[in-house]
Parts: sequence; structure tokens; C-alpha cells
Amino acid sequence: MWAMIVKEFRQLRRDRRTLAMMIVLPVLLLVVFGYAASFDVSAIPTVVAGPFAAQTQLHAPFELVRSAPAQREAWARAQLRDGKAAVAVVSGSKPVVLIDGSQLFTARAALTALETAARRSPAAATPEVRVLYNPGLKTSDIMIPGLAGVVLVFVGIIITSLGVVRERQTGTLEQLAVMPLRPRDVFLGKIVPYFAVASVDLAIVLGVGVALFGVPFRGSYAVFALGALLFLFVTLGLGVLISSVSENQGQAIQLSIMFTLPQVLLSGLIFPLSSIAPGVRWISYLLPLTYFNQISRGVMLRAEPIGPLWQPLLFLALLGLIVMSLAMLRFRSYLSPAGPAGRRGGKTPAPAAATAAAGTGPAGSR
Amino acid sequence: MSTAQARQADWWGTTAVCVDYGNRRALDQVTFHAPPGQVSAVVGGDGAGRTTLLRCLGGALAAGAGVVRRPARRDIGYLPAGSGTYPDLTVAENLAFRAAAYQIPAATAGERITGYLDRAGLLAARDRLAGRLSGGMRQKLGVIAAMLHRPALLVLDEPTTGIDPVSRADLWSLIARAAADGAAVVIATSYLDEAERASHVLVLDTGRELAVGTPDQIVARMPGSLRASDARPPGAAGLRSWRRDGRWRVWDPGGTTSGDGQPVRPDLQDAVTVAILAGELAGDDGAPDGLPGARHVTEGCDE
Repeated sequence: MWAMIVKEFRQLRRDRRTLAMMIVLPVLLLVVFGYAASFDVSAIPTVVAGPFAAQTQLHAPFELVRSAPAQREAWARAQLRDGKAAVAVVSGSKPVVLIDGSQLFTARAALTALETAARRSPAAATPEVRVLYNPGLKTSDIMIPGLAGVVLVFVGIIITSLGVVRERQTGTLEQLAVMPLRPRDVFLGKIVPYFAVASVDLAIVLGVGVALFGVPFRGSYAVFALGALLFLFVTLGLGVLISSVSENQGQAIQLSIMFTLPQVLLSGLIFPLSSIAPGVRWISYLLPLTYFNQISRGVMLRAEPIGPLWQPLLFLALLGLIVMSLAMLRFRSYLSPAGPAGRRGGKTPAPAAATAAAGTGPAGSR
Repeated sequence: MSTAQARQADWWGTTAVCVDYGNRRALDQVTFHAPPGQVSAVVGGDGAGRTTLLRCLGGALAAGAGVVRRPARRDIGYLPAGSGTYPDLTVAENLAFRAAAYQIPAATAGERITGYLDRAGLLAARDRLAGRLSGGMRQKLGVIAAMLHRPALLVLDEPTTGIDPVSRADLWSLIARAAADGAAVVIATSYLDEAERASHVLVLDTGRELAVGTPDQIVARMPGSLRASDARPPGAAGLRSWRRDGRWRVWDPGGTTSGDGQPVRPDLQDAVTVAILAGELAGDDGAPDGLPGARHVTEGCDE
């Protein structure tokens, strides 16, 4: 047994990445997720419309983001639909408070705050409260659009990274490198099947969500598909990137988990973004799932059109461009003939020294 | 260059190629020319640089210095040290992928696949997963996949290592067929009886050429004299001995004909062993090259 223990320690010592994950990662995750894990909503972005908008006073946790006395309920609804506020107050003879039910925890906090205010000032005019987009405040309605993104993260990052690194482990990557295939063809050939599988997965998850859990799909399929497409580009690119820096499937899984776990916990899927400590929240804005959540909930629950969604769509496109470019570069070098690690000043002969016939050339030419 | 033109090239190979892995020199000024229509063998012990040389030839590795002369990628067939096949695809699917990658017309590919599988005794296994084939069958599949597109240069890294004699014979039948079709075949092997079948042989040791030429030339250039003895000879100065076929081979670099044992006519295995010993002796003496027949280089890769 002692021999086995010593052997395991020796192997572990040489697997620096696993060692780092075992020691550093738990502390890091605890700190990051400790600050992120909060359902407390301390600020609720609120707009006020109607003739008495200027006179309307808001108390914590409601925070005024815009006051528009000239606007009416339609405008207030549009503000909620476009995600510019979580609560809209329409002032008038009979005040109305509109609450965005797609922001579940914020909506619950708003209802609690309204009830508390009513208890404190029973004489004050009680506003009519309407919860929009998710009137029953059902958890499934807000989770399933986000879970669709999680499915795409799993397929896009974990499965893709395993599929590519498998080529390296079986030795077939070197075979691909010498075959008359362009790196671009190999790259696309590798990711298109995963793209197709992820698309089918997405359709199934959404279909089951709508049919089984009654989750509404109120918006445009095209806008949703555009968001899913961009999101998939990012996740598939991340999968290829991870595989290109992994020696084996075990390392690929480790890295994939490091990319997947923060997305699940910091993207706003579980904890509201506004509840995450600012020191950690910036990480959320680097994660593609954050933007996909905004798109999927916006389109499915609030029928948000493409216009107000330009920001998450743009960020996803930028992330996709960066990640795909890096993945392509890594993949290209992956498929290029490996250069000697230390050339020790070796010189490539002058072209005249190399045979001039097509397909031949100085060392390293293809 | 078309495939037909590629087949008419004088040779494919390397000239004064150097490859370093970090601070370790894996190939040092290695020159090796493989003529079309013939089988050329690269032999040497562990760490000799055989795989590195073949990777350079196949296009999987860029040399640090020197010239690598090889045809376009579509005219190279390369079998890496593994079989280079997908274990989770069937034999037929592996070959279909290779045929599609090299744009072989479907009818031609089907005909060739059936023919090669038949010749290699794999026809009955065409629907079996490559991962479930025996080692020998998988190697044969790898060789068929490498030669399916009738390359001008066929590079095979140890295709016969660790497989049974019958499979080796099947593989050599495939290899000979590829050469007969006009390909320049380069094979790395640790079996010297196989190297004797080759028209050209390169003997490598720690990345350097020890001997190069036809098997007969390498044997003829062997320095010193060789005797066979039933008992291990006493450790006379300058003598080197090793076990072979149950007896002791005794090599005298000085070439004296007297001594214990009977003089023997060396074969390639003896000549290669002597080449390695001569290299060690030269190293002991601090001489740069110690074996006639090796290409003496005066310019280093560092220049």
C-alpha cells in the first residue's frame, strides 16, 4: 500500500494542473461564489410615468432610473419589456405598479416591499399591482430559458473539447496534419457536428420546457435563434481552445469545469446579477451565458424585440469573434508541422539549395 | 506537381537535416534519399531518431535546418508510430474517410479498398471497429489507409513492430505492392531482417548517420573482422562481443584474423551492430565519425 501511496503522490506532483485545481481552486471558488451567492435584492431599478411622476416618491429598495410625466402605461410596459427597469409606476388617479416577473427575485422583493409599505401606511392609496411576463412567479418560467443555455454550454464546451482532444490522444491529429486538408476544413469539420447536436439539444430542451412546464415563448424565433447561434459560436470556440491546451481528456474536463461552473453560478441564471458583489460581478460580464440569459428570457418571456437586445447580441458576437479567432489560431498551429523546440541557431538553407520542384522546399515547407 | 510527375522524381528525402527537441539534438545533419519504386529502411536503436526523421519526411515535423524534399501533401502517405486510425470507426469507415479526404472517386476507392483488404486478409473485418482489431490487423489497416491514395512517397513508422509473422508477411506484401506501383517507400523498423529486404538502408544512432547505402554496401564497408565463438572471449583490448543465435560474435576493429572462434561472413545485423559499436569507439576517442560509409559532415547545424 505504501508503494501505491508514494506512486500516487509522485504522479500527482507531476500533474501540476490537477494539483493546482485541488489546492487553489476550492479557495478561489469559495471566495468568488461566496460573494455571488446571494438572493438579496437591495436595489430595484424603477421608472415612473404618468402626470404625477414628478411628485411620486420612491423608497428603498426602489431606485428611480427615469421619470417621464408625459408617458403613460404603454411606455412603462415597454421599459419593462426592454429590460430597462424591473418595476414601473404609472401615476394617476388610480396608480398602477407594473412588475417584471421574469426577474423572479427582484419581483418578489418588489412585492414584499410594496406589502411592507402598505402595512406601514394603511391610509395611503393602495396602487394596483400587476406582475407581467410571469404572473405566477413560476421558477420554471425563468429557469428553463437559462437552462437551455446551460445545455449549450455543456455540449459546446465539454463535449467539443473532448472530441478534439481525443484526436490528439489517439494519434490521429498528426495524421490529419499531413493530410491534404486545410486547417479551416478540419476545424469546421470538427465543430459542425457539435453545432448540429447542440442545436437539436436546444430544440428538445425548449420543446420539453414549453410542453411539459408550460413555459411561454412569446417572442421571435428568429431573434432567439440568432442569440443561440452567437452563443454556440462562443461555447464551441471555448471547447476547441480548451482542447488545444489539454494533453488528454482528463485535463480537458478539468478546464471545461473551470469554464462551466462560473457560468452557471455567475451568469444570473440562479443569483440575480444585481445581488452579486461588484468585486465579483465583473466576471459575470465576461461570461457568454450572462448575455444568452438576457436574450432567452427577454425573447421567451417578455417578447423583447431585437432592438433592445443589441447589447447582449453585440457582446456575444464580440466574444465569439475573439474566442473563435483564438481557437482557429491554436488549431492551425496544432495542425502545422511541429517546429523544433530549440533551433540552436540553425539556418534554413537559401532557396537555391532546396529543390525547386513544386511540392518541395526548404525544411518545414508544406 | 501532379502525382504522375511526383512519381518521376529522382528521390525524396532529406539533406543535412537537423532537428532539436529543446536542448537535445534528435537529428544531426542527416541525409537520406529514397528513390521511387523502391523500399528504403531506416534502422537504429531506441532514441536513434527514426521517428523524428520519418515525421520530417511525412510533413508532421518541421526541421530546424537542412532540406526536406517531399512531394505535395496529397502525394504523401504517412503512417505514424500508432496506426493513425480511428478506433471508434469501422475498418470500412476509416478507409472511406481517408478516400474522401484525398478525393478519390467513390468507384475507384471502393475497388481499391476491397482489393487491399482482400490482400491483407481484412475483408471479413471490414465492418469491425478499428478499436476491436488485433494489433496486427490495426497496423495493416493503417498501412492500407496510408497507401490508399497511391502516394508518391509512402512513409511508414514501424508498421511491423509487435505483430505476428503472418501479419508481417501480409504487411510486406502491401509494402512491396506500393513500391511496385512506383511509390518511394520509407519504412522505419527495428527488425534488421526486414531492413535487408530494402534497397537502401540508413543506420541512425542518437540522431547521427552511422551507415548508409544498400545492405550489401553497408556489410562490405564494415570495418575490422568478425568471428563467432561458443564462449565469451576474454576481455582483450579493443575487442567487442555480443550474443547472437546462441553464440558470441567477436568484432576486432583492428581486423586481425587470428583469435578464438571461427571467422564469419557478416550480414546486415552484424554490420549495424558493428556500426553502433564503432560509433561508441569513435565517441570514446573523441573522433567525430568512426565508420567508413557514413557521410562525413564538416558543417554543423549550429552554423
